[in-house]
Amino acid sequence: MKKEFLVYLGILVLAIIFYFVITEPVTFSPAVSLIIIALIALILIFIFIRTIQGSFVGRRTVFTFVAISVVLPFFMTIEQAIRTSPEVQALYAAVEELKPGAKVLVSFDYDPPSAPELQPMAETFFNLCLERDLNVIIMGLWPQGPQQAELAMQKILDEPEIAAKNLEYGVDYVNLGFQVGNEFVIQRMGDNIASMFQTDYYGTPYDSLPLVRNVRNLSNIDFSFNLSAGYPGTVEWVQVAVDRYGVNLGAGNTAVQAPQMYPYLRAGQLKGLLGGLNGAAEFEKIAGRIGKGTKFMVSQSFSHVIVIAFIIIGNAAYFLGEKRRKQKAAE
Amino acid sequence: MRREVPLIITAVVGIVFVIQYFIPHYPFNKLNGWFSDWFSIIGACAIWLGALNLLKISADKVYRKRSGWGYSVVIIVSFFVMAVIGWLGGESFRDFGTSFDWMYRFVYTPLSSTMFALLAFFVASASYRAFRARNLEATLLLLAAFFVMIGRVPVGDAIGMKLQLPDAIMPSSIAIWIMNVINAAGQRAILIGIALGIVSTSLRVILGIERAHLGGD
Amino acid sequence: MDAIGLWIGAFLTLGIISFLYKDNPWYKLSEAIFVGVSAGYWFITLFWDSIYSKFYIGITDKGDYYLIVGAILGFLMLLRLVPKIGWISRWPLSFIVGAISGFYLINYFSSNVMRQVANTVMPLFSTEYGQSLFTAPIGTIVANIIVAGGTFTGLVYFFFSKEHKGAFGVTARIGIWVIMITFGATFGYTVMSRMSLLIGRMDFIFGDWLGLIK
Repeated sequence: MKKEFLVYLGILVLAIIFYFVITEPVTFSPAVSLIIIALIALILIFIFIRTIQGSFVGRRTVFTFVAISVVLPFFMTIEQAIRTSPEVQALYAAVEELKPGAKVLVSFDYDPPSAPELQPMAETFFNLCLERDLNVIIMGLWPQGPQQAELAMQKILDEPEIAAKNLEYGVDYVNLGFQVGNEFVIQRMGDNIASMFQTDYYGTPYDSLPLVRNVRNLSNIDFSFNLSAGYPGTVEWVQVAVDRYGVNLGAGNTAVQAPQMYPYLRAGQLKGLLGGLNGAAEFEKIAGRIGKGTKFMVSQSFSHVIVIAFIIIGNAAYFLGEKRRKQKAAE
Repeated sequence: MRREVPLIITAVVGIVFVIQYFIPHYPFNKLNGWFSDWFSIIGACAIWLGALNLLKISADKVYRKRSGWGYSVVIIVSFFVMAVIGWLGGESFRDFGTSFDWMYRFVYTPLSSTMFALLAFFVASASYRAFRARNLEATLLLLAAFFVMIGRVPVGDAIGMKLQLPDAIMPSSIAIWIMNVINAAGQRAILIGIALGIVSTSLRVILGIERAHLGGD
Repeated sequence: MDAIGLWIGAFLTLGIISFLYKDNPWYKLSEAIFVGVSAGYWFITLFWDSIYSKFYIGITDKGDYYLIVGAILGFLMLLRLVPKIGWISRWPLSFIVGAISGFYLINYFSSNVMRQVANTVMPLFSTEYGQSLFTAPIGTIVANIIVAGGTFTGLVYFFFSKEHKGAFGVTARIGIWVIMITFGATFGYTVMSRMSLLIGRMDFIFGDWLGLIK
């Protein structure tokens, strides 16, 4: 109990030091970054040797490495070349084809836990749409979705080139809010959107919003984009909106879910796909806008390298241990 | 009444949803609209049921003073704080800058996000302890994971460029190929398999052969 | 107000993270707040978005009286909380089950079976006279063949009504390789996803709260 208390106290003291003493952002020079990377590599080699000798490091050591691999890159200055994949290029091309004034329906089907992956996609997508004078209609099949959309929209509206356009709510973009009913909401929208969204996110009646007054059902939507973290999400949009009502759909998915979307992508049911934070970074690159997706890529790279290093260490120990066991058995 | 009515409801609603796909005209389009709207309202009540049930269980725990009942008090208080703030806010309860929005950004978001973020630590620890190339299948799994993990982040190509690899075998090219070809094939097989299972189960439910959702008696 | 919010957010974030050290009261407190707040969130959001905006406005403004049936079924659902008459909640439950069954029966068959099969069986050679021999560039043709083969062998592996022996066994074995590579790719993506979420949280702690990130 005493030890535990000391740990908490330590965290508190550290936090206070960081908060009140270090008031300026910290950046490591390339030389310091290299030294840190070398140090981490050395410790990993040490762990490798220890594991080969038969003593596995505890889970807390692994946890510490994961935390380090995620946090330290925030302060490093490393340039990374991001290569865009065909599925991201396809999404961008699909948006690029739309004419100014086209109506784009964006469904936010995720909650805050998935925001690190999907929020950068949402921001870049909004930026792209508003920059090209496309009309954005927001909705959500998850209650938290429209609220996440508001956060993204506020951020984009504050960006100078978008702010200069003096966009008006209800005319250039609208947030219809959330509705319960999962795929049944999409199904109903195929016939009558207003019946599912009697009012918008702010309680304004559907018919008093100029942007959507003439949008009766999904056939009036030119392109649809779905940000999804699970059920209901992209699968349901593909099944109902695309396959039944012929909507053109692009999707941004959490990396956990993205691999399952490739059959749909291949079959043309999805026009494009952004998978995970990497997809967000690629989309930012192609749209020419640096956001959190790009900024987080260094941490993402490091953490992958650490996981791979631990897998290699674990396997090396396994095979060498196996060899040793066989030798012992032979003796 | 207890068994027959639910069976009839299931069959009628199920059949209507099947027919409306083929005949999207009166009366099936109307019924489709009605049923979808009802589904939405019942769905909301089902989620309410879950929330109220949580309250009931927590209250019971406090009443009986079971171990850790203090945390149940916290659950009840947090529930009411959130619900009352939302209630008092009226229709525009979650506008930017409202108390509800503040709770969403500074209480709900950090808690829910961190809960999921913890998995990063466990996935790394599990990879170290359990991910072994014991046989051919496991080796394939491991290799695919390796190429995807390294190829989907810029560090993979950075290493590839240092090694002066040709474009076709750059880690990112391999990762893209695995995702778009083999992964697509495997996922498609899984997708078709699951879909066939769902279709047959749905048919059994509509025909009343599968009755698990109706419970025991 | 936002500064206080950041401190509270950080306190709760660290509370959850403290579980990594071991289970402790700080974590339990944060967890209880999480459970209560999210239940409250769902409760009140559904009240305004569904019960009020859809049902109440639908009836008062638009005169959609058919919505009353949905409300009655919804009310019956809530009766599950009363043990004596809880059985009546099977009525709305059977409505939900029936609706989902009818809906899935068609949608899964059309989107996940028919469309997928149609896209797997792709023509190799062009049928138009005077055009190039193949329907697509050679890389795409090879990919299409692999996808067709992979999907077929994968499906054979899932077929357990026949013993995996002989030619059938060989096919199933190739199928399991395809499935394993798929799982490997999925695992890689899962790691990617989990790390992203952690990066998001750490950005909150070191960036939003402590202001250390540029």
